[in-house]
Amino acid sequence: MLEFFASPTTQTVLGALNEGFLRTLELFCITLIGALPLGLLIALGSMNQFGPLKFLRRGDQGPILDKILGIRPISFVCRLLVWVVRGTPLVLQIIILFYVPGMQRLFNWPSGERGRMLAVCIAFVLNYACYFSEIYRGGIQGVSVGQQEAGLVLGMTKSQIFFKVTLLQMIKRIVPPISNEVITLVKDTSLARVIALQEVIWMGESFMKGNRGISGLVWPLFFTAVYYLVFSGVVTILLARLEKKLEYFR
Amino acid sequence: MAILEVHNIEKHFGPTRVLEDISFDLEQGQALAIIGSSGSGKTTLLRCLNFLETPDKGTISVLGNVIFDAADPATQRESEVRKKRLHFGLVFQSFNLFPQYTALENVTLAVKLLAKERPDFKANKKQIYEQIEAHGMELLSDIGLANRASHYPHQLSGGQQQRVAIARALALKPDILCFDEPTSALDPELTGEVLRVIRGLAEQKTTMIIVTHEMAFARDVADQVIFMDSGVIVEQGPARRVIEHPAQERTRQFLSRYAENA
Repeated sequence: MLEFFASPTTQTVLGALNEGFLRTLELFCITLIGALPLGLLIALGSMNQFGPLKFLRRGDQGPILDKILGIRPISFVCRLLVWVVRGTPLVLQIIILFYVPGMQRLFNWPSGERGRMLAVCIAFVLNYACYFSEIYRGGIQGVSVGQQEAGLVLGMTKSQIFFKVTLLQMIKRIVPPISNEVITLVKDTSLARVIALQEVIWMGESFMKGNRGISGLVWPLFFTAVYYLVFSGVVTILLARLEKKLEYFR
Repeated sequence: MAILEVHNIEKHFGPTRVLEDISFDLEQGQALAIIGSSGSGKTTLLRCLNFLETPDKGTISVLGNVIFDAADPATQRESEVRKKRLHFGLVFQSFNLFPQYTALENVTLAVKLLAKERPDFKANKKQIYEQIEAHGMELLSDIGLANRASHYPHQLSGGQQQRVAIARALALKPDILCFDEPTSALDPELTGEVLRVIRGLAEQKTTMIIVTHEMAFARDVADQVIFMDSGVIVEQGPARRVIEHPAQERTRQFLSRYAENA
């Protein structure tokens, strides 16, 4: 056993897997940092009541005209975005985002691993922001109207009500569904290999085909599962702690 | 002079008319009870006074100043509405305490946020916050809950929660305190403690409007009573007179139906 771990082949493989896992971790962190706030913006956007033609509504113009006059452009655009992003595979979004700009001569991603990482991060942030936004929306709408009204009659502004009253109650509600998405994200990071980002599974697989003078090894691929299990275990514990922290109120 | 004058308030929800030609005055230091069956428009009327609903017609004046005029959009500007709301306090049927704050924090939160708008806030922040907290504690001890100051709402009984909600409304020193069926969500054995607090406020001459189903309470505590039915004021007058000797047939029917059920 000790011999196995001490052998130069194993050392090389583990080094490469660690390197791949760091990339996985990087993608995971950037996605969360970007998607958690962006999701809130999209959620607020999809609930936005701004309707430039509302003042023309009289209520007696028939259902079709009434719908047209009631259109809310900000909300519409946000919901459309959520529909498209949630309605198509993440893999497809990654491929399009990485290859199409160069092929259509729009712009070129930076070359090498940096460009792949950048494209993949943007795809992940956008994709997860859309999923998060729906969770946020449910969370915000789940806070009773009475909370807002209580804030209003106490002379609070809308933003004070949101930040001082609604937000924490929303966070408490959304921790379980967000946890679900975050665990999924741990594993979804492996989709980045579709554009050959050298994350941990790409690395594991490479030792079957041949990498750094090693080929025909199967165990590295299996070993990547250990990384995911440990990682999702840690994430689960952290999220459970957060949930516990918010138990002081109901 | 009347502290509150309401003139010809009318309110529709879509095609349904929920308030029609509502007019009444309220004198400083008096308590007004609004009674009537469910759906008669009592709650909507209170919500109009607190700018949670916008009447379609009519005016509302406080201390002689018109604070709302349906015909004048200038009186309905969002920025000013926030300040005007502070003439009124509102205690909800479902308490609506903020669950993530302690009883004391519930009472002081809005006052602290408002204090930030004071010009001397930056210089005296610590002192101002201490004053606000001392006042909050005073309010809590007035309602007998000083020892519950650091409890969260879910750790309090319904009656205690509603008393904290009353303290929270009082903390902003409103000119007129409104109650929207303050005991309807409570178990019968918990209504007493809340009614006692309201009775205490009446004895201290707090100007109040109380929407209630507690007829005996309305008779004993209120100075004036308004009976509403289908969005109109059917009868108004001194509390004892309206409840014990109603002049209108509809009021009599409502009260006798009430006596049967009680």
